[in-house]
Amino acid sequence: MDLEMNLNASHSMGTTIIGVTYNGGVVLGADSRTSTGMYVANRASDKITQLTDNVYVCRSGSAADSQIVSDYVRYFLHQHTIQLGQSATSKVAANLIRLLSYNNKNMLETGLIVGGWDKYEGGKIYAIPLGGTLIEQPFAIGGSGSSYLYGFFDQAWKEGMTKDEAEQFVVKAVSLAIARDGASGGVVRTVIINSEGVTRNFYPSDKLQLWHEELEPQNSLLDLLNSSSPEPMNI
Amino acid sequence: MSSIGTGYDLSVTTFSPDGRVFQIEYASKAVDNSGTVIGIKCKDGIVMGVEKLIASKMMLPGSNRRILSVHRHSGMAVAGLAADGRQIVARAKSEATSYQSVYGEPIPVKELAERVASYVHLCTLYWWLRPFGCGVILGGYDRDGPQLYMVEPSGISYRYFGAAVGKGKQAAKTEIEKLKLSEMTCREGVIEVAKM
Repeated sequence: MDLEMNLNASHSMGTTIIGVTYNGGVVLGADSRTSTGMYVANRASDKITQLTDNVYVCRSGSAADSQIVSDYVRYFLHQHTIQLGQSATSKVAANLIRLLSYNNKNMLETGLIVGGWDKYEGGKIYAIPLGGTLIEQPFAIGGSGSSYLYGFFDQAWKEGMTKDEAEQFVVKAVSLAIARDGASGGVVRTVIINSEGVTRNFYPSDKLQLWHEELEPQNSLLDLLNSSSPEPMNI
Repeated sequence: MSSIGTGYDLSVTTFSPDGRVFQIEYASKAVDNSGTVIGIKCKDGIVMGVEKLIASKMMLPGSNRRILSVHRHSGMAVAGLAADGRQIVARAKSEATSYQSVYGEPIPVKELAERVASYVHLCTLYWWLRPFGCGVILGGYDRDGPQLYMVEPSGISYRYFGAAVGKGKQAAKTEIEKLKLSEMTCREGVIEVAKM
């Protein structure tokens, strides 16, 4: 077992991030684990950051890089909103993120999913992975935990879900990824953006569904010994 | 009507005692003495028309264009000094393409008009520059529909349903006011503009 932990290593967000469009807006979802090597630096981080009133971004990869990029884009979008006289569109936000990601690709390591609602195009999701490509998709997944979700989305995703269906779908997906990916964990946060505004939701671990062979939350694993089953561990 | 500035009109950086900048007014005179240019906003787009002044019989038709495109969705018609107009169009083109590269969408017409207006105004602030001797009618179609702006040599810009500059602007404006623009399509608008 590796007891040598570099606690001063740069913070990386193992992460599972998801963005999904539904009939009327978008739902963004993320886990909450920020790791420094094997150590969990923050088990309740908020990876869904606000860029404008109607556009949010899910961050993955290096925590510092993604924060700096979001900060710059928030600043540019603020100026743009003042000049334009109305809210910026999600396409403009995504393009600004893309320009920073692409032009600094040698120095940055961050994958982002931009999601927002504007009155011209409705709800839109844009994925901006590592190299700085910009791609508009009906749904997008990112982060280390997303590897385990490609098959799930291929099978279970459908166009035009309702708001509640979409949110439950996102929560289910993030919890599946958390179950399988060691670098994702903690709680599930979601943000729903539509014409009426923005709603933030929070799902602590005990509210999430348990998957295959996962144990119920216990006060102590010793309780299992006194339970009905005499052989808690099956080899 | 020639107003004598008596010494307050030698530089664009001098105000007269009654609060006017004569150089800018003289620039507007250059526009007023040129061929008429009109623009109207129809239901589904903008129609612009220019009075074609044939300076010489030897000139080829189709040369000396005074209606120029700025971007895929916008264009300008120029009245006044044609060379000055070319500069303004070049600047507008560059603003439009740089906006598109940075923000990923075509420049909103309002934004373009503001940028052109502030560029024209810039040249009224320094003594080593002279004001542009041309008025520009800017038309474009963005997400909020068709829009028409006019930029004068002083740098002010307003949004219009119908605008006219040049020699016959008074007559043209009277004609435009008679039209029912909110119900007209561009096809019908072209015919009306040609008649003027």
